[in-house]
Amino acid sequence: MTGPAPASVVVTGLGIASPNGLGTQDYWAATRSGKSGIGRITHFDPSGYPAKLAGEIPGFEASEHLPSRLIPQTDRMTRIALAATDWALADAGVTPEELPEFDMGVVTASASGGFEFGQGELQKLWSQGSQYVSAYQSFAWFYAVNSGQISIRNGMKGPSGVVVSDQAGGIDAVAQARRQIRKGTSLVVSGAVDASICPWGWVAQLASGRLSTSEEPTRAYVPFDRDARGYVPGEGGAILILEDAEAARARGARVYGEIAGYGATIDPKPGTGREPGLRKAIELALADAGLAPGEVDVVFADAAADPELDRAEAEAITAVFGPRGVPVTAPKTMTGRLYSGAAPLDLAAAFLAMEDGVIPPTTHIDPSPEYDLDLVVSQPRSARIRAALVLARGHGGFNSAMVVRAVDQHVRGIAS
Amino acid sequence: MATELFTLDDLKRILLEAAGADEGVDLDGDILDTEFELLGYESLALLETGGRIEREYGITLDDDALTDAVTPRALIDAVNAQFAAARAA
Repeated sequence: MTGPAPASVVVTGLGIASPNGLGTQDYWAATRSGKSGIGRITHFDPSGYPAKLAGEIPGFEASEHLPSRLIPQTDRMTRIALAATDWALADAGVTPEELPEFDMGVVTASASGGFEFGQGELQKLWSQGSQYVSAYQSFAWFYAVNSGQISIRNGMKGPSGVVVSDQAGGIDAVAQARRQIRKGTSLVVSGAVDASICPWGWVAQLASGRLSTSEEPTRAYVPFDRDARGYVPGEGGAILILEDAEAARARGARVYGEIAGYGATIDPKPGTGREPGLRKAIELALADAGLAPGEVDVVFADAAADPELDRAEAEAITAVFGPRGVPVTAPKTMTGRLYSGAAPLDLAAAFLAMEDGVIPPTTHIDPSPEYDLDLVVSQPRSARIRAALVLARGHGGFNSAMVVRAVDQHVRGIAS
Repeated sequence: MATELFTLDDLKRILLEAAGADEGVDLDGDILDTEFELLGYESLALLETGGRIEREYGITLDDDALTDAVTPRALIDAVNAQFAAARAA
């Protein structure tokens, strides 16, 4: 690397909507104590489908959080994203109206768009005719709609966009937000919320062949377990407020930590026999953060719960950190896989773990001896956490890794 | 349906279904001559509103009728003109 070090980018606000907790406090209390949000689907009758369990967010009533003007034009995922953004901005102590509108951007990820809204409009199209399709279908289903609605609602006219790379997108969006801050935008709303637990969304997810068909909430999604049999999907995610560290410090903001490193790779073409790309993504993220493997205190695993994918992930972690070389956890066993929302939620969990000195558990699994991983199971583990690695893989070979780091001495070091 | 009169109450009901209401806007106030934009309804909200009126009353509104009607009074007049045309036909 030549030239001045790139600007440090920190997280100053969190907004969480998760199947095991609505809001940061509820989510973290549940996650610390191993409380699961996975259960039989209630949004529709799942009895006719092979998979019947999901992580549904409890108690989210859009009308309690959003003006009536937004309700007819938004899908559930957008309503949740807008509410989570409000919470994240409040948590960061940011009032958007007080900031220059072109200094604020929005970069979110999306895996499927607003399926529930789209399903309703398609049903009207087939049963009643095209004139019954809402004008809002022109955007309400769209991948970019969360970024768009967040930017409109908060008057944010800086660089905005959406990243679509399935579950890896949640990290890729935060990485893109960091790039925009380094190019001069002082604040970017990032992260992701996905929610498509509706019949149309469900059959689309079933098509992957990777959903668990178990009907036991405690045993349906068990990554790194001998009984791994696919995953349970969930809805929700997290919105993060990212800021230039100097700007955050100048306004006296509380800082959760720094987005310290990022790496992304694509798996080789199937059948080539070449190594999957996850290890390389981890190495790139560590190099970007300037950290040695021994300086990472915990890994939040992607945890696909597919035997082949679990093995690939375990081997990548072991190759970098050594056998049982770092604590590994997957609190998403309590939420299901949230697609784009999963990694931002894990990033939030990593910051909360740092603050609390606790690694949340991977629930209900009996780790397979095949994997040489130091999995944190059943109970939370006390730990001093200075740096955490979050992994996310997307369908089709996307691998993304992100390192977050506590800042108290580090950012002061850059400033001096 | 085409023999009825389309009223402000009808419009308010459909506006609320189609687009909700902005906080700080009193739809029960004297809004007949207040521009839709000031009431918080942009072109897409009006497109949705127009679509709902067409479906409910079985009429067809010209695209111009929607874009030219910048106030509730103008839109109500345009809808009632369609009713009159339907009656005459």
